[in-house]
Amino acid sequence: MLSRSKRGGLWTPTMLIGLTLLGALILVAIFAPIFLGTAATQLTSNAGLGPSSEHWLGTDDYGRDLLARALVSARLTLLMTAGAAAISVIGGLAIGLAIWVSPKKLREMALRVLESAVAYPPLIFALVIAAILRPGVGSALIAIGISGIPGFARITANLAASVSHSDFVVTARLLGVPSARIAFRHMLPNMAEPLLILATTVFALSLVEISALSFIGLGVQSPQFDFGRLLNDSLDSLYTQPLMAVGPSVMIALSGLSVMLIGDALAAYADPRARNVKFRQPKATGPAVLPATDDGALVRVDDLRIGIPNGPDLVKGISFSINPGEVVALVGESGSGKSLTAMTVAGLAAQDLSTRAELLRVDNMNMLSHPDPSRLAKEISIIYQDPGTTFNPSLRMGVQLTEVLRTHLGMGRAKARRVIADAMGQVNISRPAARLDQHPHELSGGMRQRAMIASAMATGPKLIVADEPTTALDVTVQHEVLRQFRRIHKQERTAMLFISHDLGVVQELCDTILVMCQGEIVERLTKDELVRRDVKHPYTRALLEAIPILDLGAGAHKEVAVLGGVN
Amino acid sequence: MMIPLIPGDPAVVAAGDGASADQIAQVRAELGLELPLWTQFLNYFSGILRLDLGNSFVSGESVSTLIFNRFPYTAAIAFLSIVLILLVSVPLGMIVAVLTRSGRNKWLDVGFNFLTSLFYSIPQYVIGTLLVVVFAITLGWFPAAGAESPLSLVLPTAALMIGPSCVISRIVRRETAVVLEKDFVRTARGWRLRAFRLHSRYVLPSLITTTLTLSGLILTAQLGGAVIIETVFAWPGLGQGVVNAILQRDYPVIRGIILILGLLATAIIILVDVILAIIDPRNLGGSEHAV
Repeated sequence: MLSRSKRGGLWTPTMLIGLTLLGALILVAIFAPIFLGTAATQLTSNAGLGPSSEHWLGTDDYGRDLLARALVSARLTLLMTAGAAAISVIGGLAIGLAIWVSPKKLREMALRVLESAVAYPPLIFALVIAAILRPGVGSALIAIGISGIPGFARITANLAASVSHSDFVVTARLLGVPSARIAFRHMLPNMAEPLLILATTVFALSLVEISALSFIGLGVQSPQFDFGRLLNDSLDSLYTQPLMAVGPSVMIALSGLSVMLIGDALAAYADPRARNVKFRQPKATGPAVLPATDDGALVRVDDLRIGIPNGPDLVKGISFSINPGEVVALVGESGSGKSLTAMTVAGLAAQDLSTRAELLRVDNMNMLSHPDPSRLAKEISIIYQDPGTTFNPSLRMGVQLTEVLRTHLGMGRAKARRVIADAMGQVNISRPAARLDQHPHELSGGMRQRAMIASAMATGPKLIVADEPTTALDVTVQHEVLRQFRRIHKQERTAMLFISHDLGVVQELCDTILVMCQGEIVERLTKDELVRRDVKHPYTRALLEAIPILDLGAGAHKEVAVLGGVN
Repeated sequence: MMIPLIPGDPAVVAAGDGASADQIAQVRAELGLELPLWTQFLNYFSGILRLDLGNSFVSGESVSTLIFNRFPYTAAIAFLSIVLILLVSVPLGMIVAVLTRSGRNKWLDVGFNFLTSLFYSIPQYVIGTLLVVVFAITLGWFPAAGAESPLSLVLPTAALMIGPSCVISRIVRRETAVVLEKDFVRTARGWRLRAFRLHSRYVLPSLITTTLTLSGLILTAQLGGAVIIETVFAWPGLGQGVVNAILQRDYPVIRGIILILGLLATAIIILVDVILAIIDPRNLGGSEHAV
């Protein structure tokens, strides 16, 4: 549950506008019939007048003031709406809670009946009820009220089902509190907020539907009039008196709008996702291509700072370089800024962060600017942490794996598939051609990650950025994936930026190890120093002590030993 | 099926004004109204199987023929508006979501929310009336009523689609915002695709499932909307038919049309399910390999 202090205010402009409109409508509903009642109903000889200072919207065929009629009709409309909404809400609550309280078999049957009732358009349902009763105020109210019950009941039942799993309800049930008492004392208060939001929607819908019934002649009958009846009257004289439609139209729209705005504001208040985020457009700085330098490094990062705009820096001025063929590890706990750094180097930093640096280049591409997308795609390959989520579940593997080859290297579909199938063979994926026609969920996690590596290598990249590529995998599968990284390192001599929180993994693969803590690089180690445990910073020592042996027990111990043996 | 509960004796209506007691009794016998209720139901259901829904009390016309003549008009505006709603609101919602991602273009965010709230809160029949005032009466571009030319389709369809397009584009916008934060979208960004390909290929498919599921009820509600909107435009469809029938207490027609509207609502729901199954293969079994 979100604490109140973290929420946005309840009194947003949306809420204030909605409440003001609704308040004005209620005042009109109370006072208009008192002061304008005569003007709205008395027949006069001023029939069919256009708008004038005396009659702002003109008069109807019987000489009644149209504005007065529109305002006076607010009372009957709002009263009918309130009645119908009350029937829907109370009926829905009763049925929803009754379903929850009833035995399991009955509950499931009732839920199924509700599902099909909800699927039936409420207005047509209301027509059936209106057909049984005689047209009139009461029947319109009852028809719309009843037609709203299934929708409200279903949501009440769904909410009740989710609340009933909460600890306090379970405890109350274990204590032997009767079901009905649990429903009223424990569950209802906890469902109040979403139900209140829904009730505003029900009110808005009832207003629209009651007016609709009157509009087609099945609701309020002359001489009584509500918004819908007035709109219906205007239809017959649309050509001679088009202004007749304006009054009821505006009244219906404003009433609906006021309640909807209140509902929107309540929903925004209840939903923490609807937070306001300040955003500053990132500025591209400098040319996309930098002049050649003679330091020989493939990647150069000088004084990189990444932060929340107008907030604290998450990465606080780090510098490093990667030479061609070198594998550099960034090691640290979650939140140390290592993934942020890696994604920024790859040119994929989140848009709501601000990135500054003295220099940030990969080859001669200025990553602070907007380098050529094709070069980026070909020269920087990225391998992500969780192969379970990095592929689009609804597309076949072949489409996704060959995307860069087809888009940026101009290969045809058949050729791209051959190239990828070859690369998949290299990483020991069986039946690669058949895999391309499968969806991601049909492959195992380790296989998906190796497929990712295959597609990363297929473009012949200069740099691979690997963001914890083994973390989400089983220990045995990790081993196979790491073997592929070592093969790439030895055979292809591709430079890598390898992110990990596991010094054990890193020690087998990387030439240089950068230890990050709270956005800063606290220690730089060569592979030999790490192997000798020649570390100085206490944070690195703590990381070393946290090598999986302690966490995972004997299995991990063996795994580290195996990795050590290969090297 | 609750139709027999309607107050007022159907035989009195069917025999016409000023009929004698003998005439009414004769009509009652002809209509089978003296048989026990369950026999009436049984007769009615066996009639449905033979596509025989009885005859109108008022015109004597067969109800099946009446429905057959009116059905195409309602189907035309309902399905045309559903297709157009999806064609408008999916791209609109996506574009707004992409442009307002992580708090950019605040003005667009506010404007979009305000305009969609405004247009959604105006009911379809009010929009329809206003469209007639502006485009038919004042500008004279389209016919105000009837179904004589293809141009007659324009205003009813527009009136039906404006409100739902607003809600559904809001749903699409919210769902897109969720999908844009997914890992697989970041992967596709890593492939540096053009914005159009990225969003049409990698964002859209993940969006359609939830959007259609959430929109299913809104789309079936189009039938209810069509019923009402037909009154505005004197559109000779099922809606106008059922409203007239209710006013005239013409039970066989009411019963027949309500039945058909129910079947149509079911058809829309099934259609949505079929589209979902085609788009997302995981909805049809094959989940044994799922992680």
